[in-house]
Amino acid sequence: MSINEEVDALRRIPLFSNLEPSKLKLLAFTSERLTYAKGQAIFRQGDMGDAAYIVLEGQADVVIGTADNQRKVATIGKHSIIGEIAVLCDVPRTATVVAVDKLVALKISKDLFLRMVKEFPQMAVEIMRELARRLDRTNQQLAALSKQS
Amino acid sequence: MPKSLYGFILRHSKREQIVLLILAAVSYPFLYYSYDLPKLIINHLKDVAVHVKDGSLGSYPAHIVQGLPLNAHHYLFMLCAIFLVLTLINGGFKFYINVYKGRMGERMLRRLRYELYVRILRFPLPHFKRMSSGETIPMITSEVEPMGGFIGDAFVQPIYQGGLLIVPLIFILVQDPILGAAALAFYPVQIYVIPRIQKRVNQLAKRRVQTVRSLADRIGETIAGIQDVHANDTSARERADFSHRLGTIYKIRYDIYQLKFLAKFLNNSINQLTPFLFYAIGGYLVFEGKVDIGALVAVIAAQKDLAGPWKELLDYYQQKEDIRIKYEQVVGQFQPPDLVDVKMLDDDPPEGVRLKGDYALSSVTLTEGGAVKFLDGVNFTVPLTEKIAVVGDGTSGKDELPLVLARLLTPTAGSIMVGGQNLVPLPESVTGRRIAYVTHAAHMLGTSVRDNLYYSLKHRPLREPDLDEAGKRERERVKYWAIQSGNSPHDILADWIDYDAAGVAGPDELEQKALKLLDLVGMDDDIYHMGLRGRIDPARRADLAEAILKARAALKERLESDPSLAALVEPFDAAKYNENASLAENLLFGTPTGGAFADDALATNKYVLQILDKAGLTNDLIVMGRKVAETMVELFSGLPPGHQFFEQFSFISSDDLPEFQALVTRTEGMQPAAMSAEDRARLLTLPFKLINARHRLGLIDAAFETRILEARKLFAAELPENLRGSIEFFDANTYNAASTLQDNILFGKLAYGQAEGQARIGELVSDVLTTLDLRPKVMQAGLDFQVGVGGSRLSSSQRQKLGIARCLMKNPDIMIVNQATASLDGQSQSRILNGLMETFRGGGLIWALHRASLARSFDRVLVMQGGRVIEQGHYDELDKPGTAFHAMLKDE
Repeated sequence: MSINEEVDALRRIPLFSNLEPSKLKLLAFTSERLTYAKGQAIFRQGDMGDAAYIVLEGQADVVIGTADNQRKVATIGKHSIIGEIAVLCDVPRTATVVAVDKLVALKISKDLFLRMVKEFPQMAVEIMRELARRLDRTNQQLAALSKQS
Repeated sequence: MPKSLYGFILRHSKREQIVLLILAAVSYPFLYYSYDLPKLIINHLKDVAVHVKDGSLGSYPAHIVQGLPLNAHHYLFMLCAIFLVLTLINGGFKFYINVYKGRMGERMLRRLRYELYVRILRFPLPHFKRMSSGETIPMITSEVEPMGGFIGDAFVQPIYQGGLLIVPLIFILVQDPILGAAALAFYPVQIYVIPRIQKRVNQLAKRRVQTVRSLADRIGETIAGIQDVHANDTSARERADFSHRLGTIYKIRYDIYQLKFLAKFLNNSINQLTPFLFYAIGGYLVFEGKVDIGALVAVIAAQKDLAGPWKELLDYYQQKEDIRIKYEQVVGQFQPPDLVDVKMLDDDPPEGVRLKGDYALSSVTLTEGGAVKFLDGVNFTVPLTEKIAVVGDGTSGKDELPLVLARLLTPTAGSIMVGGQNLVPLPESVTGRRIAYVTHAAHMLGTSVRDNLYYSLKHRPLREPDLDEAGKRERERVKYWAIQSGNSPHDILADWIDYDAAGVAGPDELEQKALKLLDLVGMDDDIYHMGLRGRIDPARRADLAEAILKARAALKERLESDPSLAALVEPFDAAKYNENASLAENLLFGTPTGGAFADDALATNKYVLQILDKAGLTNDLIVMGRKVAETMVELFSGLPPGHQFFEQFSFISSDDLPEFQALVTRTEGMQPAAMSAEDRARLLTLPFKLINARHRLGLIDAAFETRILEARKLFAAELPENLRGSIEFFDANTYNAASTLQDNILFGKLAYGQAEGQARIGELVSDVLTTLDLRPKVMQAGLDFQVGVGGSRLSSSQRQKLGIARCLMKNPDIMIVNQATASLDGQSQSRILNGLMETFRGGGLIWALHRASLARSFDRVLVMQGGRVIEQGHYDELDKPGTAFHAMLKDE
């Protein structure tokens, strides 16, 4: 479980693929590596966001809705980044993320994350790309929904 | 307090001053004869010389005592012996007088400081608004300091030193009037010139102090306005201004130097001129046979002693003016009008006094400086069986009314009666014990939570401390000197806690009461956590230490029975390397106590180095240190200095980073043995902080861990006797006094990387402690939590809650709350409100509310506006369209 393995994992994520290794190492070193058990929430809808997470191992379900009406909207896997929206725009978490099985994630603090985005425009572009992809997916889902009704 | 310095001195030290004067007078004859003796000795030698010449020495008769003839040798030695005795007597007088006046001066200084401090306690509260503590504190601490020395000198110095000057002068005059005149010749010049120069120097010195003070102001201004300096490009002007001020100071200081050395030059030259006259005139007179040689030698010896007392006298007169003005200034500062009568602080309460009945205010007015009217004719009568709310806006007088009700402010006009007795002239022993008053800014002492809670019960010393015979004698001595100096005779080490007032029998019950009140104000959880984070002395709290060991065992069982919990803590195991502990902890396998094995000292500790050498670890650790340094340089060198990451994550501070950068380059590819001793030492400091699970640098592998375990064994086995006290080893069956309660319960390290690990373990520990019924005991330990200066280690809401609990400790008849919960969250606020409502269900609660809507649960509401009570009644009565109260509610 050395930091170099984490750096390897980070490098495979498109968001970070263009960063220098030393920056990735700093990112890994100053981030907490957390292990979640099955069913444990990484964060909950409505909480204030103080960090983004990168899944290193395992899968997580993204759930939105009220306490009695929960809906799974996506499952995310290894090397995806989650929770960055709340960090980027100071809004409460838009969804709850729950570990499907044992999950290992790197917790990147808001401060560090914003710093990285500011310093490396490449990372900002990657984030935009990711967000656009998600928007596109949501649009498609909406279209599917409206067809059904 | 006398307004003049001499008044103060005479009032408190007249007897000692007289004793000193008598001592000085008695010493003069001895002094005179010690000048006379050298003359006898020299003249004797001269006579002997004559007798030796004509061979009649054998029959030379001399007498000291009539009828007891001595031969020439005996006579000489006898005279010398008397001279020696006289010198000793003179020295003895000097010594005794100096000690005596030194002691008196210190006693007077002590009295002065004490009186000034008592003055502060007697200042009426509004006076503190106009006072700056920055000016007041130095007055009591440093500015009065030189007064002690001067008070000792006040009367005796001119007399005694004057005597020391006059006695030799008289002696010289007696020997020969012309020589006397020569000795006196230059004094008029000195008396005229030197003080004038000195006066000029003093004036300059005063100006220098003022200029330096304004220089300090100027620097402060620059710092405060630095943005505007840059924004307006005025730095050149600022520099010119500063330079100008420095120039002024330079000029003043230069003038002072010139004058000072001129005075010195004059003094020295004149003092050297006198002997010139003596040799010249004296020699001539000896030739003429008008003065014998013995007298001349004695006169020259006596003349030497003139310079000392002369200098002392000059110093005295210079100091006198300074001290006199300073005293008057300081005392003037401590003499505000309407100083509180000292009886208000000192009088004991009448037996069984209670404040019951009605609170009746009639035409109560409170003004400040005649201009601002805070209260403007407040009239109301309310029974103390009710709970009363006061509402109003910021200028309504709502802030000041509670202060007046608690008699902390005395009304300018009008009367306040409680149960038929006038509140205003009651001593503080009644108001301060029967009335409780709390604001949102409760002041905390820098001691424990317990001391802060008990503070409201400490009015007088009630029980003498347990002392042995020697201790009692020492206490008597301390008390004697306190009384002699007009200080407080009370013993601070006595037990001051008034258990009766708290309504309890003793310390244990008081602790119970304290915990109950902390629960009432909603601080129970906080205290519990403070307890967990606190340390106890297992020797003094053996019961708790034992109970904690039980909790440790219970927790271990819980952890072992549930694998998901087991991952949260890595227990200490003598035979295993703890991945979640630092390398240092793994090596020591204990908690350092004191500095010897502290993290920073480890790499320089001789014993540790010796063990590392023996285990063959030194070079490997240096290599590891270099790797750590390399990584840190790689990771952090891109960050701006002072970035928070340095403090949070780096092993090397931003200041040291460039140095390590150079070190890493310098030692590239080098064997540790080839590095300089200094580099080796620097690198060795780094690896001790490594925590495998946290830092994940992969530097410590299994093989290395095994070697650390070897070193761990060596370290414990060979630890010398004198270092035993510097470490508490981890032992599953012993309480570790150097660790917190929580660490003792865990007996291991929280595992890194477990999501919500801390919270889950916290719950588990709480669960275990509750099962074992240990929560109250942990809370007791929490009472010893040190709150820091002014309560800085507490949050502001904790301070408020503690302030309220403190009020309740003394079971007050009347509790006055001045918006004390204003900044608490809603939940805490309603918990406290309900708690106080319950405590004062029989009445006696008066609460100035920051929001009118909170008044619902009170029996009566007083609505204030413009310094008057304009409406009163029950919430429902008042909450009707058209009332001011209704409008207030609507605005919220």
